[in-house]
Amino acid sequence: MEPPERYRAIVDDFAAFRAACERPLPSAVRVNTITATVADVRAALEAAGVAYEPVDWHEELFVLPDDSPGANWPYFHGWIHGQEEVSAVPAAVLAPEPGERVWDACAAPGSKATQLAALMDDRGEVVATDNNLGRISALRTNTERLGTTNIAVTHEDARNHSLKPFGGAEYDRALPFGGAEYDRALVDVPCSCEGTIRKNPDAFDEWSMSHVRGISGVQKDILERAVQATKAGGSVVYSTCTFAPEENEAVLDHVLDSEDCELVEFDLPLDHRGGVTEWQGEEFDPSVRLAKRIYPHFNDTGGFFCAKLEVTG
Amino acid sequence: MSNDSTKFTRLPATDADRDEPERATREEVLDFWADRFGVPPETFDEHTFWERGKGKLWVYRGEPPSPVDVEALGMTFLRTRQEHWKPTLEAVQRFGEHATECVIHLSEGEAEAFVAGYDQELDWDGDWGYLVVTHELAGRREPIGVGLYVYGELRSQVPKGRRRELDT
Repeated sequence: MEPPERYRAIVDDFAAFRAACERPLPSAVRVNTITATVADVRAALEAAGVAYEPVDWHEELFVLPDDSPGANWPYFHGWIHGQEEVSAVPAAVLAPEPGERVWDACAAPGSKATQLAALMDDRGEVVATDNNLGRISALRTNTERLGTTNIAVTHEDARNHSLKPFGGAEYDRALPFGGAEYDRALVDVPCSCEGTIRKNPDAFDEWSMSHVRGISGVQKDILERAVQATKAGGSVVYSTCTFAPEENEAVLDHVLDSEDCELVEFDLPLDHRGGVTEWQGEEFDPSVRLAKRIYPHFNDTGGFFCAKLEVTG
Repeated sequence: MSNDSTKFTRLPATDADRDEPERATREEVLDFWADRFGVPPETFDEHTFWERGKGKLWVYRGEPPSPVDVEALGMTFLRTRQEHWKPTLEAVQRFGEHATECVIHLSEGEAEAFVAGYDQELDWDGDWGYLVVTHELAGRREPIGVGLYVYGELRSQVPKGRRRELDT
């Protein structure tokens, strides 16, 4: 069975869910606090005659009901970045502090990496990794326009991420957490993107079970590498823009088993449901309930999945 | 992509630490910003400077061991190894608020033309060469980018990919 029908059993008010998936999503922007304040952006948008609406749960986000973000002064100055509401969730949940070292495992095109940099007040170090040079070019455009100076970009497969360029020891599998050195990691993996249906109306048509199965293996490997590369006591946030439990709870369940980590509770001021502990006959570790599912009809956003792990050991 | 194009080498602190004669020093970079634009050297106290390729400098917040082989290290910053050093648009947008000299302030219409990439005949009684270009935004003078002033004309240096016809 294909989306959205395959989620009838796990989504409350399925009819509203289906209807929301068919409504287009307006543009949203995030204030880049490295270069401007929320008040600066309000003033600049007003001067440019761009209508904006505040977002309840996040004061640095605005919805632009009539405009795209790209052709106005605050955009040109890097004061704002086009970013959907739910896309701002994982970096906010990771909540890095100024001066920390943070890894963004699948960083292009950089919305979340630049948000991490802003949360860190452009202090410390964000290592932003991607495996695709074309997408790295988009990431570079964003890091430059937003004036971030604490992001280093690496071109590699996140599954084999090397700590070497930054002076860390190469990860040694013989040692517990050998060479681990990030305070936090963000693992916003490539996925089947079902939750982007309101922006990409083809998302369900392009869906295939074989893609879900394939990508789920990649997701597990990337999350494992992130847990390995993060210090004991550090945090890892795992997120996707899909509803498929194969890419969400099943990935968490696998990594809870294979690595020293546990899921932790976190606050999210958006209406959501907990992770599902059972899917198509498969049972997951009961702690996957601590993950959060955001459905489009709950908050009039895209769909999203987010979990927070603490590295133990 | 060749190895050299992703290799970043940290600038030597001073002339005495220099092993590559053409590479700028940190001291020269700080002097350039202070002498040309009046930007105080302490503005960059928490930043390191790196060269990739020949003459392209980057500014970074961290201190990885040099050289480092990555795709990007912070932000592009300054073009050296040429007679007149040229700051990037991004460097001016980020650090240009500290500039007190060689700053030209544009009206709204002039600023829009500058961002669209047009050269303009403007009065300017300061030094010729690269200027920090500002306009008024949200009640303050905000740096837009770099202009080249020569022969009575401000030539927009906004890179093609950054030019915009702004809807204002």
